[in-house]
Amino acid sequence: MNETTPAAVAQAPAPSGEGAPRPAAGSGAARRLAGLLQRQGVLAVLLTVVIVASFVYPTFATLDNARGVTVQASFLAVVALGMTLVVISGGIDLSVGSVFALGGVLAAWASQWGLLPALLVPLAVCGAIGLLNGFLIARAGMAPFIVTLATLLAARGMLLAFTDEGATTYLVPKGSAFAELGQGSVGGFGHPVLVALALFGAGGLLLQRTSFGQTLFAVGGSSDAATLMGLPVARTKLLVYTLSGLLAGLAGALNAARLSSGVTIVGVGMELDAISAVVIGGTLLVGGAGSVGGTLWGVLLLAVIQNLINQIGSLNSSYQSVVSGGFLIVVVVAQRFLARGRRTT
Amino acid sequence: MAPSEAVPHAPAQGRTARPEGVTAPPTGDAVLEARSVSKRFPGVVALDDVSFALRAGETHALVGENGAGKSTLIKTLTGVHRPDGGELRLAGRPVSFARPAEAQRAGISTIHQEVNLVPLMSVARNVFLGREPRNRLGLIDFARMHRETTELLDGFGLRVDPRKPLHTLGIGTRQMVALARAVSVDAQVVIMDEPTSSLEPREVETLFRVIGSLRGQGVAVLYVSHRMDELYRICDRVTVLRDGRHIHTGDLAGLARTRLVSMMLGRDLSEARRTGPTGLGGAEHHTARTPVLTATGLDRRHQLHDVSLSLYGGEVLGLGGLLGSGRSETAKALAGVLGLDSGDITVGGRKLRRTGPAGAIRAGISLLPEDRKAEGIVPGLSVRENIVLAAMPRLSRFGVVSRRKQDRVVDIFMRRLRIKAASPEQKVGELSGGNQQKVLLARWLCLEPKVLLLDEPTRGIDVGAKAEVQGLIDELAREGLAVLLISSDIEELIEGADRIVVLRGGSVAGELAGDTVTESHLLDVLADHSPVPAGTDPAAQEDPR
Repeated sequence: MNETTPAAVAQAPAPSGEGAPRPAAGSGAARRLAGLLQRQGVLAVLLTVVIVASFVYPTFATLDNARGVTVQASFLAVVALGMTLVVISGGIDLSVGSVFALGGVLAAWASQWGLLPALLVPLAVCGAIGLLNGFLIARAGMAPFIVTLATLLAARGMLLAFTDEGATTYLVPKGSAFAELGQGSVGGFGHPVLVALALFGAGGLLLQRTSFGQTLFAVGGSSDAATLMGLPVARTKLLVYTLSGLLAGLAGALNAARLSSGVTIVGVGMELDAISAVVIGGTLLVGGAGSVGGTLWGVLLLAVIQNLINQIGSLNSSYQSVVSGGFLIVVVVAQRFLARGRRTT
Repeated sequence: MAPSEAVPHAPAQGRTARPEGVTAPPTGDAVLEARSVSKRFPGVVALDDVSFALRAGETHALVGENGAGKSTLIKTLTGVHRPDGGELRLAGRPVSFARPAEAQRAGISTIHQEVNLVPLMSVARNVFLGREPRNRLGLIDFARMHRETTELLDGFGLRVDPRKPLHTLGIGTRQMVALARAVSVDAQVVIMDEPTSSLEPREVETLFRVIGSLRGQGVAVLYVSHRMDELYRICDRVTVLRDGRHIHTGDLAGLARTRLVSMMLGRDLSEARRTGPTGLGGAEHHTARTPVLTATGLDRRHQLHDVSLSLYGGEVLGLGGLLGSGRSETAKALAGVLGLDSGDITVGGRKLRRTGPAGAIRAGISLLPEDRKAEGIVPGLSVRENIVLAAMPRLSRFGVVSRRKQDRVVDIFMRRLRIKAASPEQKVGELSGGNQQKVLLARWLCLEPKVLLLDEPTRGIDVGAKAEVQGLIDELAREGLAVLLISSDIEELIEGADRIVVLRGGSVAGELAGDTVTESHLLDVLADHSPVPAGTDPAAQEDPR
């Protein structure tokens, strides 16, 4: 992943910094390990789980299963990408689950006019919801939690109104270009997976290699400092919630294309899954630090756990939440320890 | 702000390499000017018709006590606040900044008192935030960013890995990174708000070297500090603010320290009578022989150095000093609020173990804090509830609070301190400042303390209530209480205190007792004894530690 490069460089032993006036407290090795765990810990856990599972469950390490898991994970991944940016900026977006469902229904409805409307209509509506979130948070100074909780309810309400309380189901025309976008594949991997990967690549570049990304870190790390440095704090917040809305809408559209219809009951609680993936991926929930790469591994880890529980069969699938929750607690506790050194500024 | 292709230079090399006079405007022109600037906040006039000009190539000191309006002036100059009246002029042209970004783009760089950088981001990212160098694809060029940061910091004698997160560096190093950021944007004006407060002596030298090279490039520096030595060493001119008003602007060389201090405090040099218009009694209090409280060798990094003092029953001990001298810190240390690196506190012959405020209160020490609103009253609770808050354990048995005992205590103190409230059930937030202060005083007095520490007890309350509070302090000392009085009001200190311990830079600079408790003596000690110190090496005058 492109965006991990600078982070990886940062952990390398400092070539010229050894003579720095004041070495940080604690041993360098422990600190580097802590940094490594925060950035790549998920990846290590993910690989371990995958390797162990491959030996224990022969059905796990098959190409078919990998395809299934990745397609399953791709929708949450796209939503979690937007969430990553929001969380790094020090905010939260609870509306993504509802927006995801709304985007799906709108896409299914608009797909009767072709591929382009099926994508543009949900993007326009969901982008507008994100923009509204951003406006209320950045310009009106309202708390992200409350604003996005309100739009969570509003988007779900719009969805129900649009589908006559769920009585009307919009279907995607069979064999249309839009259906192909959700169901087709290249080299065995579904289109949604490729779209998600492309978006993560772009997201990584955006976060690590553009001024917007740097400003995002600064706003999340210290909003006051960012303001005093003359950075466009409000504009950055506005943009990040808009992006989150757009990504949730797109993910919803892709999901509708795969399911061939706009399903109204999807996306309930999805915002919490997305937040879990972001946090498991090493992004600080208070903002200022994180990476899209970590989120990708976090999403995959959640998907693999669910898949494994399905493989075991005898285990009730409800336990998936228990295991995911356990991981979340472990990661948050670890983050607290890692973050402790930082608050002593 | 610099366009993206601009290569920032190490201040020591880059810009001075250009011919003199080409980039630097001739010294003496006003670069940044404030004309009759006013700024009001609800209930306060923070700046009242302030005018002053900053010339190219000068280092200009800005001084004043708490509430003088320094911070407001800086924030007005840098676009954080907008003036309510008057105008700003940059190089002769009227300007108005709606946001900090606009002031920065106009060439005004600021280093704020609290280091305003992002701790989680790397050194290089902090230096270049908002103006990152890009490559041909429009993406950030990290290699170049790191190289240029290293070069820039080299110019400050700082060898730091630019990829290191800022929070791993010491606070002084961080301050230097903030400085590097501020000067690397090709600023015409650099504003430094107490830049040395967290620097080591070696880092201070580096800072002064950088200021010297900025001066050489014709950059105007506005330097805010309470450290007289520093001001006299590096500043050309000084502007004094007091209570939001402009008091004086002029050359620093030839200006006696005592004169400067008296302008800051608003006292002229004529000796005030020992008994004046304040409500504090001039009569000597009957002082006990053995001290109630003894503090020896209080030490806390960057704040207190070897502070020792004794407090006797029945006396008011004044604690004098300029802003930042460690007055409040000393009081807080005595009250167990501020941790100490070393030092002993003895109360009534028993050594105080460091158990925080609760231990100090048990030992009989009560602190009336400086910030009444933030650290004292609970505005939503009633007068009664506020008074008995700290005394709860004494008024309750098995955790059940006796309402009858409460009412009795509250009644006694409301009458004794003449607290004007509609009833004991009125919310404290609705009372005047003076009555709020009395409620706080009552809260501590009902604990029957042996030692009462008062940090600015009369600040921000009206004249009548001030005299009443002063009268109360006097009365309490007369009754045998040991009182420590901190006040920026020199008159109050001189008239109210039997002895005055003067702090400077976190150390005891002197003690006044008996006939030496006069304004001129106090000003002398505050100003470091030296009448005309310009040009002398202040390091030689530092107290030996």
